[in-house]
Amino acid sequence: MYEHLETAENQENLKRVVVEPVSRVEGHGKVTLLLDQDNKVKQARLHIVEFRGFERFIQGRPYWELPVLVQRLCGICPVSHHLAAAKAIDQLVGIDPANLPVAADKLRRLLHFGQVLQSHALHFFHLSSPDLLFGFESDISKRSIIAVIDAYPDLAVQGVMLRKYGQEVIRMVSGKRVHGTGAIPGGMNKSLDKAERDYLLKDIEQIISWSAASVDLIKNVHCSNLPYYDDFATIKTNYLGLTKPDGALELYHGGIRAKNAKGETIIDHVDYCKYNDYIHEEVRSWSYMKFPYLLSEGKENGWYRVGPLARVNNCDYIDTPLAETARVEFKAHGNSAMVHSTLAFHWARLIELLHCAESIKTLLNDSDIMSNDLVARGEKRYEGVGVIEAPRGTLFHHYQVDENDIVTKANLIVSTTSNNMAMNESVRQVAAEYLSGQELTEPLLNNLEVAIRAYDPCLSCATHAMGKMPLQLELINADGQLIDKLVKGSDGHINRVASA
Amino acid sequence: MTKTLTIDGVTIPFEDGQTIIQAATAAGIYIPHLCHNPEFTPHGSCKLCTVKVNGRNCSACTFPAMDGQAVINNAKDLNADRQKITQMLFVEGNHFCPSCEKTGNCQLQAVAYHLNMLDDHFPLFYPHRELDASHEEILIDHNRCIFCTLCVRASHEQDGKDVFAISGRGINKHLIVNSETGLLKDTDMSASDKAAHICPTGAILIKHTAYQVPIGKRIYDHQQIDQVTLNSESEHDK
Repeated sequence: MYEHLETAENQENLKRVVVEPVSRVEGHGKVTLLLDQDNKVKQARLHIVEFRGFERFIQGRPYWELPVLVQRLCGICPVSHHLAAAKAIDQLVGIDPANLPVAADKLRRLLHFGQVLQSHALHFFHLSSPDLLFGFESDISKRSIIAVIDAYPDLAVQGVMLRKYGQEVIRMVSGKRVHGTGAIPGGMNKSLDKAERDYLLKDIEQIISWSAASVDLIKNVHCSNLPYYDDFATIKTNYLGLTKPDGALELYHGGIRAKNAKGETIIDHVDYCKYNDYIHEEVRSWSYMKFPYLLSEGKENGWYRVGPLARVNNCDYIDTPLAETARVEFKAHGNSAMVHSTLAFHWARLIELLHCAESIKTLLNDSDIMSNDLVARGEKRYEGVGVIEAPRGTLFHHYQVDENDIVTKANLIVSTTSNNMAMNESVRQVAAEYLSGQELTEPLLNNLEVAIRAYDPCLSCATHAMGKMPLQLELINADGQLIDKLVKGSDGHINRVASA
Repeated sequence: MTKTLTIDGVTIPFEDGQTIIQAATAAGIYIPHLCHNPEFTPHGSCKLCTVKVNGRNCSACTFPAMDGQAVINNAKDLNADRQKITQMLFVEGNHFCPSCEKTGNCQLQAVAYHLNMLDDHFPLFYPHRELDASHEEILIDHNRCIFCTLCVRASHEQDGKDVFAISGRGINKHLIVNSETGLLKDTDMSASDKAAHICPTGAILIKHTAYQVPIGKRIYDHQQIDQVTLNSESEHDK
């Protein structure tokens, strides 16, 4: 592995190269490289340079605001935050997932499938397809959706229409394409009427067909460039995600399963309300993002990956036929072992896209989504945990309230946070294997972004280390020389690290 | 003979004892307002209903209609002033519409849309204000109070309870609750009181009802505040 590249010694003698901002990802981040005289990489880091702090400012608000307030974390996956918060506040009104009305459960699942469909389509077609279709080091003018529209107009239109369809599913269920309502404590605020159901049904066969074609496309792209695609940014890691009780792929509700790089089970069917017994978070001084790890495996080896690659690796099967066929092919590519290729995130993501399209069709043909039995209530509780598989991976929302219904404590572990260590490790792998010792050029640096982009990170969602906010102040002179550096640690203590 | 006045050049009838806003509403003319509600004694504090009567500014909700008055209502300068007043209401409190449970049903938000308010214009005050969530059924979010006194009047005039009052002056003005602890739970207020349902913003809310009305079925989803107000208030005045 490449941990030795996290922090270089004698930094003042090294050249600094910055990729800022990392483009075609959600949110703001930067990559810094420190190079010696021979352009050998001595340090490589992905920094998250924005700060949100939702965990702090939702304290003091009434709990029923949470699904609508917290979804403002993100414009891409607000539904995931909306539903994770909703699952947590269901518990505050005494409703466990098994007691949620059937119609509400299915409407939430429909909403979530729409969300994952649109998010995966956005990521693959708008953000990543330029790299995959034109090459990682292609001219910068090629690396955008505009170039894809020029060169592959049919494909680009399919990407746009797939995303639009997912957004329309969201609009029908929650009232708006972005930041609607929908989930309320113990249920949903509306069902679908026949006109809304029929509006979505009329295009679903086309959506499934385009989704299936996209799986074929990424499979061909991946397999036509072996072993490069299998090796690029690839790291062997643990994987974590939810599965159904029978081990099937699950996006809305299930138990936590974690496997190690060999595919051996670390934990399985764990009640996510007890996540704190299994997962802890570490704060490091150079990033606003925390570093979660599996307690049983320790800080050094317990970090894990989440998201499409983790889910498709971890599950025993997928309960929709086309996606299951695609999963079997995917696993066959890895000789039925865990697939560690970071670029295989794209392949797994599109298998999930297909699964979402198939699942939407099943739910649209289920009359329960038009039922008006939508809300249940039980005995008040003071703590709730909601966990969901967001497009980018497992998302944890944990709240405590007082006797007056006011939030007193909140903890969010956002998908991208779980991939923090892995993204850094992939960046270090690319820096060490593909960049080190070379004269750096802009196209070459795009390799770093390609590695990060494979994870589809949402950097805005992931920065919440409020109260433990580590800060770093660097004073650099006109020649680029580091003159002084102050570091505020997670304990609030400020140290002078270097001075001229 | 019927007495008349003109609003923006249109001649309308009125009856003795009517205010300008009552005469206007009866004639189907909307004058923007927030603190006025035909069910309660006019207060004249929000100043949104400021009109020009024979060249002088006055509050349409308190000024009596008189024969031959020439009233200017829908004028560029008056609407610009109304927009600024609304912007000041927004910046003096903490009004975060995106997550507020009153959004779509909020008169302050609706009047801001009606006046084409596109930003806050003034620097936000970000005042530190508390929530009173002590009552089992009712929440007070002081962040959103605009001191219209509708809850004060509703509690006094209709509920007969005097639960609320306004205390302090100027920027220190605030809503107080009539109990020794200052908490709503120690008053005799109940969720069925008129005062619990009269707030034009999201300052006084019934707990556990948030977001139950889906988007598309909220009060201002399909109608602007002028239509909604004329329908409801002209019905009341009859």
